[in-house]
Amino acid sequence: MADNTHSKPVHHREFEKKQHREEMKQQVLTFALMILFTLIAFGMVIMEVNSYFIIPTLIILAVVQVAFQLYYFMHMKNKGHDMVALMMYGGAAVALLTIITFTSIIWW
Amino acid sequence: MSTAVAQKRGLGAVIWDYLTTVDHKKIAHLYLVAGGLFFLIGGLEAMIIRIQLMKPDNNFISAGLYNEMITMHGTTMIFLAAMPLIFALMNAVVPLQIGARDVAFPFLNSLGFWLFLFGGLMLNVSWFTGGAPDAGWTNYAPLSTISPGHGVDYYVMGLQISGAGTLIGGINFLVTIVNMRAPGMTYMRMPLFTWSTFVTSTLILFAFPALTVGLFLMMFDRMFGSAFFDVGLGGNAIIWEHLFWIFGHPEVYILILPLFGAFSDIFSTFSKKRLFGYSAMVFATVLIGFLGFMVWAHHMFTVGMGPIANSIFAVATMAIAVPTGIKIFNWLFTMWGGQIKMTSAMLWSVAFIPSFTIGGMTGVMLAAAAADYQYHDTYFVVGHFHYVIVGGVVFGLFASLHYWWPKMFGKVLNEKLGKLAFWPFFIGFHLTFFIQHFLGLMGMPRRYWVFQEGQGLATGNIISTAGAFLMALGTIIFLINVIYTSVKEKKVSGDPWGGRTLEWSIPSPPPHYNFVQTPLVRGLDPLWVEKMDGKEGMTPAEPLGDIHMPNASILPFTISLGLFIAGFGFIYQVDDPTWLIAVFAGMAITLGSMLTRSLKDDLGHHIHKEELEEDIKKGVGKS
Repeated sequence: MADNTHSKPVHHREFEKKQHREEMKQQVLTFALMILFTLIAFGMVIMEVNSYFIIPTLIILAVVQVAFQLYYFMHMKNKGHDMVALMMYGGAAVALLTIITFTSIIWW
Repeated sequence: MSTAVAQKRGLGAVIWDYLTTVDHKKIAHLYLVAGGLFFLIGGLEAMIIRIQLMKPDNNFISAGLYNEMITMHGTTMIFLAAMPLIFALMNAVVPLQIGARDVAFPFLNSLGFWLFLFGGLMLNVSWFTGGAPDAGWTNYAPLSTISPGHGVDYYVMGLQISGAGTLIGGINFLVTIVNMRAPGMTYMRMPLFTWSTFVTSTLILFAFPALTVGLFLMMFDRMFGSAFFDVGLGGNAIIWEHLFWIFGHPEVYILILPLFGAFSDIFSTFSKKRLFGYSAMVFATVLIGFLGFMVWAHHMFTVGMGPIANSIFAVATMAIAVPTGIKIFNWLFTMWGGQIKMTSAMLWSVAFIPSFTIGGMTGVMLAAAAADYQYHDTYFVVGHFHYVIVGGVVFGLFASLHYWWPKMFGKVLNEKLGKLAFWPFFIGFHLTFFIQHFLGLMGMPRRYWVFQEGQGLATGNIISTAGAFLMALGTIIFLINVIYTSVKEKKVSGDPWGGRTLEWSIPSPPPHYNFVQTPLVRGLDPLWVEKMDGKEGMTPAEPLGDIHMPNASILPFTISLGLFIAGFGFIYQVDDPTWLIAVFAGMAITLGSMLTRSLKDDLGHHIHKEELEEDIKKGVGKS
């Protein structure tokens, strides 16, 4: 493997380096954002903000964190993850539909 | 490693080989034998039920034993016979159809089998320890939560263990089909059996967790004093029905879809035509899989969910008839104008179409919620689901076994005996179950251990029992055929049917690494494409080189054995806390085996180029 990377042309190596730097930047940025989100969430609870505000905000923060986790840390934004995405959204859709069915027509 | 080679070694070595194997072809053999055995046990239970219902007020077995019989017949046939036999086919065929050397997780594949087997054994041990489960295969609460003895505990633990095995198997096939297709095999070039395996695995992935959750709740209610289903303590008994059917309805599609795929391959092979409407077939398969999740409450129309819920579920259920209809017509059009060869496999497949369609039509009748109040829990329902499960799944299993037997064992099942087995089974099947629709309409309820004189049900029931004996006769002839074939029939080439898909491009049974060189796929029905270009066999996609294969391991067996032991501990610790020792000992075996697996590096082995060249000289590369 090591031989392979060295045999690549110089411009190619340059390009990869640049890509890695970009990737690193994104990872650090999302990581910082996620810590910030967590601080905000805890802060709001400690300061006893009105619950009508706090519940939707916490849910939004949680969804964004899950998206960061999946897309940046687990590389779903990169190529070759179509099937994974299809499965996850398919499963989520089925689960959501089941919950909606329960809450709207079975136990309404 | 063919059976011929295996026979030259000692019996002990062969047994050890099968206990530790991670080869998908041998795991297919294991599934076939275990599933076949449970199929016979389930069939025996069916015969006992039919003998009991032979005449009015019969006293062949007691009421309690009858309840155990119907419960175990249903549970065994669905979970321990149909599912593993389908897994046998998937294991034997799918890696070959996509041009892979094994499944994605060979270790997990073996683990899935052993979990299923130990779960199945656990269920059947209950016969000898004071009574089998007796609350019906659906195990509705509160009947199940108050059922005395340990029968239902066996149901809960047995299905939990074997269900974990099924879930593992499903995930394994998903990953295999997504990641391990040969170069050139795009999704829209996959054979229909592979496609339906893919959709089925998705259904397993999403449906089985509902069963797992339901069984856990049931386990805690029965063994640890919780009250999820106990109305007296604020629980809700209906939740079990919802959880069970959220799993249970996709489960019936899990059973039928792989066979739909197998029929598609069989029809196109024996009609010498490509499958009519390939993309429509794929679309219909996916659509059935998706709709299958949104219809579970049609099993519960009489529960009292209200008219809105009932209507929505009725309409959703009827919608499934559309993709199923697409499939039926496409099979008919595949045969239309083809060069049809009526082999045994084709005979079962052709018989499937009208039989299954009858089951489908009664299904639409049952889906009409208002009418269902009349049919609910009568023999009409029993007739309906046996038409789809026997007429669809069992016919499909017989057809597929005839079709793929040469690939699995190198010999074609005797055609004469094959047809001789078909006719009594086919006639017996319609005799047994067609009349049951009318018995149901006349008011005969399901699950009752007797009916009375003068209710007008005697004639119908004796006809039904006579049919059951014919089905048993057909099954016995099939078994004789298996023995006859293995003793008397000659070996055949790798491609006895003039096949179209990749599995027919390699010898039968295939070498342990399947493909000497990974094939290059140039279209739908890849082998047929090459044949039409006048080539012999597939064009390789890679140079001849070392092949990496996984090592055998006993750990899947010990992991499952540990859970089996722990299961008994969980069941009996209710009576006596010293049984907790079995829980701890069993879990120690399981977790210890898992730890060993995690810590010990097992990198597999290589088959070297020189060995492959030796094999090619012996003729392994060609079919």
